[in-house]
Amino acid sequence: MQVDIKTTSVTQLRNTFSNVARRLGGDKPASRYQEATFDLQSTANFHYRPLWQPELALYDVLRTQIEMKDWYAFRDPRQYYYGTYTIARARQQDVMEKNIDFVEKRGLLRDLPEVERTALVFTLVPLRHLEWGANLNNCYITAFGYGAAITQATMFHAMDRLGLAQYLSRIGLLLDGNSGDSLAQGKTLWLEHAAWQDLRRLVERLMVTKDWFELYVAQNLVLDGLLHPLIFTHYERRVSAEHGPALSLLTEFMTNWFNESARWVDATIKTAAVESPANETLLCGWIANYRKACNEALASYASAVFGQDTDTVLAQIDAVFETRVAKLGLKTAQKAV
Amino acid sequence: MNDATQNTVFIAFQTNDDTRPIIEAIGNDNPNAQINRYPAMVKIDAPGRLVVRRASIEELIGREYDLRELHVNLISLSGNIDESDDEFVLHWNKN
Repeated sequence: MQVDIKTTSVTQLRNTFSNVARRLGGDKPASRYQEATFDLQSTANFHYRPLWQPELALYDVLRTQIEMKDWYAFRDPRQYYYGTYTIARARQQDVMEKNIDFVEKRGLLRDLPEVERTALVFTLVPLRHLEWGANLNNCYITAFGYGAAITQATMFHAMDRLGLAQYLSRIGLLLDGNSGDSLAQGKTLWLEHAAWQDLRRLVERLMVTKDWFELYVAQNLVLDGLLHPLIFTHYERRVSAEHGPALSLLTEFMTNWFNESARWVDATIKTAAVESPANETLLCGWIANYRKACNEALASYASAVFGQDTDTVLAQIDAVFETRVAKLGLKTAQKAV
Repeated sequence: MNDATQNTVFIAFQTNDDTRPIIEAIGNDNPNAQINRYPAMVKIDAPGRLVVRRASIEELIGREYDLRELHVNLISLSGNIDESDDEFVLHWNKN
């Protein structure tokens, strides 16, 4: 018997969906991210207006003052769609589980002196409530935002925040030997301790912010941009200098996550700012307002954590934030402060 | 063999989602390269020198990329290889 091996070529008729092809300016092969993002949200044929807000459609661009010609301009530089996002986070989760195991087996947190454990509970455990607020805020943005390009990313971001809250709870459980006492203490601190109240007030104010893009700026750019470096850079560095890198193992995800999502947040703000001077003015105003509000809200918490170094630390994180905002190309942001 | 064939380097990848941005990056970085699409394979020929840049691929895929990931979808290549963290270069050493 003779076997002939032949190659047969089947050329596909179309490389991608028509809606994606229109955006790419021709029928070219598109990435999964593009196909899983562009024009995903329904735009037409809504039969009824929502009963709870009859002046607007179910999906409506008017829920923010920001105006965009194309809402799909908000590309995620990380190109996260469901597949890539879950794969990336699953990998990070594996690393974190190993780190947590490592710390637990050796009792690295449990065996710290009582004073230090109390300090860690005070600084980190109430933050889980703040992260939950961030989760809620990003859910709000997802629900009322416009265009799948931004709302899918904010949904992922919302899930990330739940993850951060859980990792913070795990730190609490490592400190109290899995009894859960630290979580109860954390809640009491969050609700009652004077040093936490300004931050709690700010988070609760964000929860009732109506304009979803304003909320995006306030939560994801300003509050996170000031609070995360304060804790996961400055505080972590301080703890590891005194007690070794046990905490750093447990906050590795937070640090990597912050740098990663900052890329996306910055890209989103930049995109909105270059769209029009009106957008830029709005953004600058929001950034200036919330920067002031966040710095004020951080003051009493920071002084409870950093003592006499508070002013230096706060000045440093604000300077880093200043540089970050300057890179976004917002001309008036600096002036407004 | 004439001079032109002797000078040509090539790299061939499987045609799939992973290689599409790599091929695009190579196309952008090597204006002289010719991209030939075959069934299930893309072969890129270039006169003299062909460079694969990590930064260009990273820009397209939006994540960090290790040039050694190339080998997962690599079918074949020709030329002397000069490999660093940032670049994967094919060329012919002239002695």
